[in-house]
Amino acid sequence: MRASKIARYGLLVALALALSYAESLLPSPGVPGVKLGLPNLVVVFALYRLGTADAWALSLVRVLLVSLLFGNGASLAYSLAGAALSLAVMCLLKRTGKFSETGVSVAGGVAHNAGQIAVAVFLLETTRLAWYLPVLCLSGTVAGILIGLVSALLVKRVPEFKS
Amino acid sequence: MDRFKTHRNDVLLIAALLILAGALALFLRLGRHSGGTVSVTVGGEMVAELPLDEDASLPIETESGTNLLVIEGAAARMESADCPDLLCVKMGAIRWAGESIVCLPHQVVVTVEGGPDGGFDAAAR
Ligand SMILES: [Zn+2]
Repeated sequence: MRASKIARYGLLVALALALSYAESLLPSPGVPGVKLGLPNLVVVFALYRLGTADAWALSLVRVLLVSLLFGNGASLAYSLAGAALSLAVMCLLKRTGKFSETGVSVAGGVAHNAGQIAVAVFLLETTRLAWYLPVLCLSGTVAGILIGLVSALLVKRVPEFKS
Repeated sequence: MDRFKTHRNDVLLIAALLILAGALALFLRLGRHSGGTVSVTVGGEMVAELPLDEDASLPIETESGTNLLVIEGAAARMESADCPDLLCVKMGAIRWAGESIVCLPHQVVVTVEGGPDGGFDAAAR
């Protein structure tokens, strides 16, 4: 029982890492923070199928590993802020019970970008990043819709994952 | 909460966010002014200020690496950099007051400051 739970965590973390890597290979539109957020698929899945605590654990482990493997010191702060704000908003919205996976994931996508911009404003000591807000709001929404639709499918279709 | 209602709420949320993005873009566009100078900061510290109307090229040395800033035709762009993501180079050229290019790995911010007509900051305050 215990071993199978660890194996499942390992599988999800590996999947999230693979998705992070895949995303880093995609061409970037050239604005910091504009990303599809593929790894968020795994986080939304975990949030619905495993629970809040598991989603947090998974998300933190993923951010730490990705920063260790592909990033530098600054990127850890950005990823951490984005991931934490995103997951906090998704947990809140899910708890209201008023939204489906799509709505929850859309709010998470926008919150992710807002968190990253907030850290950039703080670290770079500039409030001049306002110009990025519209495009980050738009890209977070669009990415959230895509991730939410796919997550909803996964949450429904992937058989028996609860340990 | 039935499925119809959750989907209706999803759509409302998405519409609200799209309207927010549009309103922000409109607000920023209405408030834009042509730029006068280009300021360069590294880790929050101002290291250079150049006029936007004179072509120039400026290597920016930081602890983590180097960026090459080029000003050409009243627009500034990051010509090259040795940062891992090259986002700053891909961001393209900026010319309006308040616009900036950011190199996150090197902590470099290049910002167009307002010209004699005030600029974005003056409009926003
Ligand atoms: Zn860069």
